[in-house]
Amino acid sequence: MNRENELTKTNNSQSNDQVILSTRDLNVYYGTFRAIKDINLEVKKNQVLALIGPSGCGKSTVLRCFNRMNDLIMSAKVEGSVLYNGNNLYSPDVDAAEIRSRIGMVFQKPNPFPKSIYDNVAFGLKINGYQGDIEEAVERSLKRAALWNEVKDRLKDNGLTLSGGQQQRLCIARALAIEPDIILMDEPCSSLDPIATLAIEELIRDLISKYTIIIVTHNMQQAARVSDETAFLMVGEDRAGYLVETGDTQQILTNPKEERTEAYITGRFS
Amino acid sequence: MARTDFDRELTSLMDELLLLGSMVRKSVLKSLVALKTRDLALSKKVIDDDDLIDQKAVEIEDKCIHLMATQQPLAGDLRTVITVLHVASELERMGDYAEGIGKIGLKIGTDQLLKPLIDIPRIGKLASNMLKKALETLVARDTEGAKAVIESDDEVDALYNQIYRELLLYMIEDPKTIKKATYLLWVAHDLERIADRATNISERTIFMVAGIKYELYGLEEN
Amino acid sequence: MNSPIGIEHFSPKLNRRKRFGQFIYLLLLSCVLIGIMGLLLLLVRILFDGIDWLSWHFLTNFPSRHPEIAGMKSAIFGTIWTIGLTGIFTVPIGIGAAIYLEEYSPKNWFTQIVEINISNLAGVPSIVYGLLGLALFVQWMSIGRTVLAGALTLALLVLPIVILASREAIRAVPDSYRQASYALGATKWQTQKSVVLPIAMPSVLTGVILALSRAIGEAAPIIAISALVYLTFIPTNPLSRFTVMPIQIFNWVSRPQDEFRGLAAAGIIILLIILLGMNSFAIYFRNRYQKQSEE
Repeated sequence: MNRENELTKTNNSQSNDQVILSTRDLNVYYGTFRAIKDINLEVKKNQVLALIGPSGCGKSTVLRCFNRMNDLIMSAKVEGSVLYNGNNLYSPDVDAAEIRSRIGMVFQKPNPFPKSIYDNVAFGLKINGYQGDIEEAVERSLKRAALWNEVKDRLKDNGLTLSGGQQQRLCIARALAIEPDIILMDEPCSSLDPIATLAIEELIRDLISKYTIIIVTHNMQQAARVSDETAFLMVGEDRAGYLVETGDTQQILTNPKEERTEAYITGRFS
Repeated sequence: MARTDFDRELTSLMDELLLLGSMVRKSVLKSLVALKTRDLALSKKVIDDDDLIDQKAVEIEDKCIHLMATQQPLAGDLRTVITVLHVASELERMGDYAEGIGKIGLKIGTDQLLKPLIDIPRIGKLASNMLKKALETLVARDTEGAKAVIESDDEVDALYNQIYRELLLYMIEDPKTIKKATYLLWVAHDLERIADRATNISERTIFMVAGIKYELYGLEEN
Repeated sequence: MNSPIGIEHFSPKLNRRKRFGQFIYLLLLSCVLIGIMGLLLLLVRILFDGIDWLSWHFLTNFPSRHPEIAGMKSAIFGTIWTIGLTGIFTVPIGIGAAIYLEEYSPKNWFTQIVEINISNLAGVPSIVYGLLGLALFVQWMSIGRTVLAGALTLALLVLPIVILASREAIRAVPDSYRQASYALGATKWQTQKSVVLPIAMPSVLTGVILALSRAIGEAAPIIAISALVYLTFIPTNPLSRFTVMPIQIFNWVSRPQDEFRGLAAAGIIILLIILLGMNSFAIYFRNRYQKQSEE
């Protein structure tokens, strides 16, 4: 789907380590409570960034800023900017729905619609007015999500008849169908068994050649297996989440710069 | 979650490593005493005791593998466990050198020594002190001390070269002494290697504590 | 087995507790049985009285002074017309209001007031609706004492029920589906149309059917609107005069002759059959869709 417009034109020069998404002094308030404080992050194109940190440190909040899903929460207020290819996603003339068709999301608990497998994947295509061959696009997405062989004979079956791991891959196929640039994953494996988890992790490594992925995870080993860069967030005394350290994943997991990072990673965080 | 069980296991692992180190050090010293005093029984004991050293090293290795599988250490913990794994291996090789000296002791047998031993015990003392310090600084996580151990290797190398030149002279002047001279040369060589391995241990100590290679550590100081 | 507290600190009195539980169980069972008994008695009585009067011409004849040839045709057709129109008005307005209140309205004081009032309206006596309908539709809007006025009045009556049921249905749709839809770039209306409403629809329709079941049995408001009790024609358009089945039944019951009581009972049987049919359909419908979404 070729949809060149203001959002896809990049402001940076082409390089291997091109920054596709970044935040500048990002703060999010739920009412008067500040959930995340002064977050400055960079996400590089075609790489996996893992967001790790203890519960309540705001990882999901940060993630939801990238596709403006925080807009759906009435009391949420966002300060600062989120730049996608140099364009601020929070400027008033940007349409949230359009952003979400370029920055997709996969949720913690698989949530396929109670429709057929085919209709699930076709959903995004239909609402975004896809002009091409929908059947072909559905097949392509299911293949990319490594699900095609398992469901090709039963596309009419309800999506909820699939196993947990298959449902999550269906959700990934559904997100891939509209050809986003970036995929946000909020603990995508936390409700799956180990085998399904490994299947998803392998899928992530396969997808990275075409997409950029940001994944929130509680599992250090998963971050190690799957991500290129890691960002560690922590809760401060004011209960706001802040960024402690970011860097190459290998580096952070073998020799982090910050003591707090080391304490969290080695499980001595208290 | 403080991981008290894991910390306890790490502490006991270090204790085991110290124990292995002391076993090796004792072997080195005994092998030299046996050589000097021509105590063949002691030489034999050193050779036999190497089995115990090997066994202990394997125990420590197994423990490291077990910890890596069950505790999945990361960051500092990971570097610690990997370091212990390496150091156990270094110590086991040092034990082999001590065994080698013991074997030479048996080979020389009851023959008279080529010359009274002066420099060889000296280099032996240096090497065994380096081993002691290397292990102490490892357990104390003392990077400065480890650096000192690495730097003291120069003295050992110089002494070894001196011994080598001296024995070479003997061999050139009187070819009949070659056999005995080479025995002594081997002993000196083994001791010099022990000192080298002690510096390896200290390099690994710096990696364990600071997470960087020794060469870079020197640069960082400036 | 080390119990730090020690078994001496408990006095379980297990047998007493079990017996008390049994007693409560029997008490609750009797409540159910009393209710069922009452209903069964009523049904048996009705069947007894009315079964002889059921026949094909009971359904096709108009009412008459002579009980042997009296029938319910005008009432049946009046009911069909009225309920049909009621449905046409209630469904879109009710569902639309529910969607607005659940998904679109900001949570401010105004919305709160609206919500409270809708709940209250569900409890207002139906005769009040009848008088409202009389004043508003029959007179002020000059629709006259017609099917249309009756349908509009009944629509007002059952609207709160439809709104409440629809709101519950929409609220019951898991939020995860909405999130998934928005995350794919859908607008609010696209999400409603393609995700929320299809899932909520079975429950909504159940609510509609139950609301219409209530409307079918209402006599008081229709009496106020229509004023006719004895009709010998069927409605031909929304602006016809009309009567409904409950009114016809009421009319027969008030006659002194015994035969008319039998006719009334027969009428009640017909009404009950229709109600049973509607409710069964609602239950069947709901079960079918529940099974689908539970897979």
